[in-house]
Amino acid sequence: MPEPIPNLTPTLMPNPIPEANRPDGKAVPALSPLLWLVVAAALIGFPYLGSDYIVYMGVLVAINIIATAGLNITVGYAGLLSIGHSAFIGVGAYASALLAIHAGTPLAVNVVAGAVAAFIVGLVFGIPSLRIKGVYLAIATLAAQYSLYFVFQQWTRVTGGDRGLSLPRIDIFGMGDTGFYFFVILLATLLCTASRNLFRTRIGRGFIAVRERDYAAEVLGIDVVRYKLLAFGLGAAYAGVAGALGAAFLRMVNPDQFTLGISVFFLAAVVVGGRASILGSILGAAFMTLVPEFLRTGLSIFGGGGTVDLAGVLSPLREIIFGVLIVGFLMLEPRGLAGLWDRLRGRRETIDSRSGAA
Amino acid sequence: MSQFLEYSLIGIASGGAYIIAALGFVIIFKAGNVFNFAMGEMMMFGAYLFYAAVVQLKLGWPVGLLAAVIGSALIALVIERVLLRPMIGRPVVVLVMITLGVGSILRGTAALIWGADILQLPEFLPQRPLFLGDVLIPGKLAWGFLSVGAIALAFIVYYRFSRAGIAIRATSSDQITAEGLGINIRRVFAMTWAMAGLLAAVAGIAAGGINGITPQLGDVALNVLAVVMLAGMSSVGGVVIAGIAVGWIETVVGAYLGAAWASFIPYLVVLLVMSIRPTGLFGEQRIERI
Repeated sequence: MPEPIPNLTPTLMPNPIPEANRPDGKAVPALSPLLWLVVAAALIGFPYLGSDYIVYMGVLVAINIIATAGLNITVGYAGLLSIGHSAFIGVGAYASALLAIHAGTPLAVNVVAGAVAAFIVGLVFGIPSLRIKGVYLAIATLAAQYSLYFVFQQWTRVTGGDRGLSLPRIDIFGMGDTGFYFFVILLATLLCTASRNLFRTRIGRGFIAVRERDYAAEVLGIDVVRYKLLAFGLGAAYAGVAGALGAAFLRMVNPDQFTLGISVFFLAAVVVGGRASILGSILGAAFMTLVPEFLRTGLSIFGGGGTVDLAGVLSPLREIIFGVLIVGFLMLEPRGLAGLWDRLRGRRETIDSRSGAA
Repeated sequence: MSQFLEYSLIGIASGGAYIIAALGFVIIFKAGNVFNFAMGEMMMFGAYLFYAAVVQLKLGWPVGLLAAVIGSALIALVIERVLLRPMIGRPVVVLVMITLGVGSILRGTAALIWGADILQLPEFLPQRPLFLGDVLIPGKLAWGFLSVGAIALAFIVYYRFSRAGIAIRATSSDQITAEGLGINIRRVFAMTWAMAGLLAAVAGIAAGGINGITPQLGDVALNVLAVVMLAGMSSVGGVVIAGIAVGWIETVVGAYLGAAWASFIPYLVVLLVMSIRPTGLFGEQRIERI
């Protein structure tokens, strides 16, 4: 059998590498260039079609896509369960906000700074992954979540405590929110492409090997410690970018944006979208961001015209729906929305992918 | 000094609920290798069931307690049977995420039924404070600790010496061998979940009795996680020591440094312990093969 990509043995890597061309050459009918053009046109035309609200949601979705893509690197590809993702988003947000306020640097610089700060913090909290793994590691990330939240909240002199920080207004391309939308979309496209390409490189393949069996990966000559740390750092760096963008867009940062609940939200986005899939990150983030909006609209239509306490019902309902989505997708379609998409396009489902390695 | 002593005793007493919840945690983990992140929500839900039975249905507290414990065990059984049984053999991380989802569902359901405000559980333990020398312990805490301690002891004895307990331990040391020896490991899984549900309700009522219950009551389970990690996940005896230790640390730190530190320091301790002894203080080293 011709094997164009020097690959790990199938037993080590039962999961097909999503998005990449498969060795058997027939599996991936890539989206046609025409479809790509349509997608690009839709993304560019989008802000001119709808209201400010639509643009606002578009930006939020794009920011969440970046954060989800990052978590997918850590959880989906490298198999390191992280339940502290929102804390890394917070690191990026605070770092960039502090820069913007005290140094007045432009957004691009702030975003990079946010990414670097989150990368470093991610590495620090990845250190426990040198000795512990699996569920133990999840607890370490939980500890990261709590320690960082604690810092955000208690280091009042720098972070502004519970009240948080307010950022100056920025205008990109002199187009207000629309300009911001284009900037975020550009970055999201760039970062998604980067992470897709990452999994065609040695490092990305290394992540997958570590996920499948870290001892076996070590025997194959992969520096497991370094790869695990790197996976953590990269995921956190994406989170940092998302945090910096979110801070600049919402023009405020406060600790309540970075709670455990938000971390679970992103975990849900990864699971619902599809683990180890870039398309999954995109679909999952969009879906999870929009569900509460649909819910709100649905409730206000069917909720008897505002007689019920909307806020009181909305947030518990949202929690229930998040939970049901996580559980439902894990049980019924472990490959998430990306898997559903593949099925719709008539792509063959491999038996291995159903076993759903984490 | 006597103040420090008082805080210490209160802390140790408040560790009781942690011990109970952590025991529930550990048996599920031991039998099925499932790390149950929904434990805190099960506690919370059990406390709400108790509230519903005693305050809303006016059943009186002994019946209410029984109803809450049984209801909580039933819910746990349903969770196991419907959501986790079909997932046997899937990667651990997937199972963990399922329990996270379950926790989210339980929290939302409780908020939907009972609202987000604090509800006070009925008082049924003697209120009179206990004096040890010149140190005062609130009656609720002292009696709560004693009853919780008795339950924990009963559970440990049951776990050590009963047939069912032996079946659980056999399953935890090797599932396939246990199955081969005629132990119905599916029943063992179901049993551990039912027991965990039972323990969760007791722990939830003990924890909720102090400051009232909200849908966020489950967050105390994060301290339970700290207990379990400190003890090393698989050690029943270690849980008792770690539970008391975490309760003590939390209260003393909270009293001297402020409440914000109280939820943070236990995790710092856990991180430190884990970077020195990854398996916890009393955990067993599991050998992995490729």
